[in-house]
Order: sequence, then C-alpha cells, then structure tokens
Amino acid sequence: MKKTLTILRHEFKQTLKRKSFIIITIALPLLLILGYGIYQAVQHWYEPSEPQEVKIGYVDEAGGFDEYTTQQDIAFILYPSEEKAKDDLLAGEVEEYFVIPADYLSSGRIIRYTTKSEFEVPGKIWRSIEDFLLSNLLAGEVSPDLLERAKVPMQLLTVELAESGEIATGQDEISKFALPIVFGMLFGFALFFSSGFLLQSVSEEKENRVIEIILSSVSSKQLLAGKVLGLGAAGLLQIVIWFIAIKIFVDAASVNIPALSNLSISSSLLAWGIVFFIMGYILFAAMFAGIGSLGSTARESQSISGILVMPAIIPLWLNYFIINNPESTFAKALTFIPITAPVTAMMRLSRDAVSAWEIALSLAILAASVVLAMWAAAKVFRVFLLMYGKTPSLREIVRYVREA
Amino acid sequence: MIMNSRIPPIDNQSQEREIEGMNAIEVSQASKSFRGTRAVNDLSFTVGTGEVFGMVGPNGAGKTTTLRMLMDIIKPDTGEIIILGEAINEETKNRIGYLPEERGLYRKITVSESLAYLAALKNIKRRLARNRAAELLERADMLQHKNKKIEELSKGMGQIIQFIATILHDPELIVLDEPFAGLDPVNTELLKGFILELKGQGKSIILSTHIMNQVEELCDRVLMINKGQAVLYGSLGELKSRFRNNSIFLECDRIPDGLPGVVGSKNHGKYLELFLDGQTPPSKVLSALVNNGVTVDRFEVSTPSLNEIFIQVVKEG
Repeated sequence: MKKTLTILRHEFKQTLKRKSFIIITIALPLLLILGYGIYQAVQHWYEPSEPQEVKIGYVDEAGGFDEYTTQQDIAFILYPSEEKAKDDLLAGEVEEYFVIPADYLSSGRIIRYTTKSEFEVPGKIWRSIEDFLLSNLLAGEVSPDLLERAKVPMQLLTVELAESGEIATGQDEISKFALPIVFGMLFGFALFFSSGFLLQSVSEEKENRVIEIILSSVSSKQLLAGKVLGLGAAGLLQIVIWFIAIKIFVDAASVNIPALSNLSISSSLLAWGIVFFIMGYILFAAMFAGIGSLGSTARESQSISGILVMPAIIPLWLNYFIINNPESTFAKALTFIPITAPVTAMMRLSRDAVSAWEIALSLAILAASVVLAMWAAAKVFRVFLLMYGKTPSLREIVRYVREA
Repeated sequence: MIMNSRIPPIDNQSQEREIEGMNAIEVSQASKSFRGTRAVNDLSFTVGTGEVFGMVGPNGAGKTTTLRMLMDIIKPDTGEIIILGEAINEETKNRIGYLPEERGLYRKITVSESLAYLAALKNIKRRLARNRAAELLERADMLQHKNKKIEELSKGMGQIIQFIATILHDPELIVLDEPFAGLDPVNTELLKGFILELKGQGKSIILSTHIMNQVEELCDRVLMINKGQAVLYGSLGELKSRFRNNSIFLECDRIPDGLPGVVGSKNHGKYLELFLDGQTPPSKVLSALVNNGVTVDRFEVSTPSLNEIFIQVVKEG
C-alpha cells in the first residue's frame, strides 16, 4: 500500500511536470480569456460607428422607381445615364450604382457596379436594394402596413413542448447546446488525455527498461494501481481547473454577454460528472495500461491505442446529433456501450434527458467493464512488460491472458 | 584515492536480522517454460550468506530467467525459491538489490530524482536515501552530475548510476546480471572495487556473466547453466581440480628418462607439456626430477581456465 502511494505520488508529480499536460491545462482558460477579449474588442469597435449615410446610385431604364429612395441609412440617387453614374462612382460621389434594365419586370435582373472586390454582396445592401425595389413595385397597390409585412413576412418563434404538453424548460439556445457540447468535449478530452498520459508513462518505462528494476521492488499490481491512481488524480485536477476557469469566466462575462447569464452548471450535474469521469477514466486507464505494456516502444503502443480511441470518440463526433436527439435509440445505445457511455451520458445528462434506470444501467455496465478491464490489464501487464520485439497479435494476447 | 572511502552501510539493523549460517538463496527444482520451451529445467542451488556466487552460461542458457524468478518478476511453474529465509514478499524485496541485464533509467528525470524514487520504492526514508546517494555518487566521482538528466550522461555513467541505485538501500542480497557489459576499463575497475567491498561487508552477491576471468577473479562458487539446466556447480577450486587435464608444464635444462607416470609429452618451444597417466600425483614427478639433479625453472600443474571448462562443457552438452 505504501509503495502504491509512492508510485501514485511519483506519477502525479511527473505528469504535472510534463509540458504537454501544462499546455493542455492552461490552454482552455487562455482561450476563454482570449475569446472574451476579442468579444469585447469587437463590441467596442462596433459601438462608436455612427450611422453614416451611404449613397448608392441607380439608373432607371424600366421606369417608375422614383420613390422610397431612403432605405435604412442608404440613400438611392437617381442618375439619368449610366455614364454619369459611372463618373460619380469613380469620383467617389457614390459608393456604387446599379442599373434597372428595361426588361426588369420580366427578367428580375439588376446589374450592380462596384469598385470593391467582394466575396459576396453585403447583406445590408442586398436587403436595402430589395426593399427599395419592392416598395416601388407595390407603391399605391397595397396599404403601407401590408407593404411592411411583405418586406418582412415572418418573425419566427419556436416553442418546445415537453411530453406532458407543457412548455419545456431550457428553451434558450445557449444552455441547450453550448453547455452539453462544451461539457461533453471537455469531459472527453480530460478522459483521453489522462489515459493517454498513462499509456505514455507505461510504455516509456518499458522502452527505458526501468520497468524491470521497478518490478523487483513492487508487484505488477501495485505498479498498475499506483499509475492508474496517480494519473487519474492529475486528470481530475485538470478537469477541476477547467471547470473553475469556466465558472469564473461565466460569472465575470455574463455582465457583458447577456446570453451567458442563462448558463449554469447544476451541482447534481457536476456530481454525476465526477462519478462518470472516475468510472470512464479507470476503464480507459486499465485498457491503455494494458496496451502500453504491449509495444516495445511508446510510439508502437500509441499506434495500437488508436484502435480503441476511434470508437470512443464517436459521441464527440456526433455531439450535435446526440444533444439534439438525446432520447433517440442511438443515443441510448451509446449510453450502454462501455467505451462511449461516459461522454454520451454526460451530454444527455446536461440536456436533462436521461431517466434514472438508464443512469443505473449505464453505471452498472461501466462497473462490470472496469472490473473486467482491470483484471485483464493486470494479466497483460505482467506477461508483456518484459517482452520486447514483435508486437503481439490479438490472438496471442488472448491466449496469454487465459494462460497467465 | 577512490578505494579509500567506503560504501557506507545504512545501519546494522539488517546485519542483526541475519541468522548465522543461513543461506541467502535456496532454489529447489525450479522449472519455467515459455510456450513449450523450457527456459529453466529442474534447477537447484543455494547461495550462502556473504559469498560471491557466479552464475555462468552461454547466451540463452536461462540465467536471466532464473534471476527474474529469484526477484519474483516471473513465477516458476514448479519448484520452490527461498530468499533470505522466506518465500519472497514485499518485505524481502526491500532487502534485495537487483541490476537487470536490460539497462535503463528514466531519461527525462535527474540522477538524484531517479535515485530518490527508486530508493523510495525500497521503503528507504527520503533523507537517508539522499545522504547515501550523495556518498555513493561521490565515491564514483559523479557527484557533480547529480542534477543532470540521465539522457545527458554517457552510457557507462548511466550504468554506474544504475549500480548505485541497486545498492542504495544497503541490500543484504545483491543480484547483478551482466554488470560489466559495455563498461570501459576504468568503470570496470570501479565496479569491481565496489563488489569486493560489498563482499567485505558480508553481503551476498550473485554475479551473472559470461566473461569467465571476472568470475575467476571475484567468485567463490559457481553455477554453470546450459539449456536451462545446471551443468556444473561448486567452488571454483573444486571445479578446476575436477577438470584438471593431467598434464604438467615444465621448463628445465634436460629431461631424464623413466619419469614415473608420464605417458607422453609435447614440445611448446619454450616449455614442455608432460601428460600423466592419471594415477601418479604430480609431486612424484617433481621429486623424480629433483632426484635426477635436473635444474627446474618452472613446474606447473596445468589447471584449465574456467573459460576452457566452459567451452568444454558447452561443447559436450
């Protein structure tokens, strides 16, 4: 037990000293600060810009487009000929001009001339020209109210109903999507990073050949336990730092970014988060420790681990689908597959869309897989830690584990 | 200068624990197979307290497997292993120092950190470990490297550091697997000095090697393994007399006729080799020479080197 603690402490300290760990851990708080800074800068930049009148020239070959020449803050100036309009454009009198051809009514064609190269027509100009044309087309035909409605035919408001028919809670888009996505992502990252560090730590000791000295002092079970706990503690620390950073950020920024004030992480979600993190982490850690003992070098082991990581990140790939359809069969199935369960469960939990029996079943499956994975890892660990050379095939591994 | 300072023992607790005359290691009928291949086959031997025990044999003979079984890194399929009077357990592991054949240390960690961690795994108090590490590094003239990372040191230096890690916790039993492999002559001498001194302190030492003259120089008793089995086992002197090839090297002014028991001779130029019949003791030949008034410059009973025995046994095996 004492030796397990010694290993735990050593692994924890060494992980905290790893450059990659430090970078990953402080990257998130830095990104938040950076994001907030950019948001503030953009706000600041936009505010003082007083509404400036923009002048756009037009040549009316179709005839009848002479009213409503101010749309928003754009003034439309009629030119008798294209030459005159072009001269004024080049002289900087107008920003741009367009021509309404004689066949406009049948073709709908408008030809726009500008000196700027644009990726696409600016939305404001597009809408203003549209409004200008529409207003002139309908002038006198319909009432002013109808004209306004024709310009903006709909203001869409969506209300989500719960199964009981009542208005569902959490209608706000940010708390609906941002929280589960951010939560799921961070959770998944912390999980993969810390078990990835474990893989590295095991395979490095094997590659360094230190492993045999260590094994002459402690048993392979003590070594496995010490490593899993030490790196788990580091992973937990990382996730705690992240959540504290997010909390501070949300509290500070919600003053200026109103949408954030709806965002809150409930304590029950946090508690489940810790439970699922610990379970998920031990499962991955055991599997990764086993894999770490297989290859002769860290690089070899890392490439084998890819086979496990791919299916495990499915919930992260499909996060939009899962969060949008937390009750779908697919999302439910992922909750019951051990390697996808932790991240999926967290995404669904943050949408408040998991029933108690699902959580119970998911945790039970996870617990059973954790026991199985630890058992297998301890065997694989003992057998393969001192084997160098060719990476064993899956059949060899299964055979050894059975025999050991 | 190096030889003047001593390897400091931690305390006399470990010495007190020793029971007089107890064997450091008792292995009886140990066998181990890997996927049908017998790496070690029915091996039995004992290592006495305070002796330097040589384990020799060609590559792949099963030496490393045997040592790993002693260290409880792998378990024997059958047989019994008693270390320091008991079946190996966590407590006995703290009293053993093991230098594996596969060398290596943490590359990114400093020398003193590595030593501190490895000592902590042997349940040695931090301060004690630090002081002893400093003394041992000083003795190896490497104290100035203690805050360097292992990857900054040469391979030979790394190997000495690893040896220091092996004896840092003042173990009663020290197991060295090919400790001299890859060392330059200076470091080889340094290591030999360490080993002899540890022997002087009453430590039991197992030395696995295939370099025979080191065994002859350092070991009291020898176990020779080939194909997982013991082929020779006993004290160095005993083995040599057993493998004596009944010949005498002689340098003298003339050879009288009718020497007792001599069945043949071979001229090596400077000296002569006489072959005896195997019944006559060499002393009889010498007295016959003296009685004949021969001036004898050299009279040597030929004993084969361990190397020759080794080659002979392995060829026969």
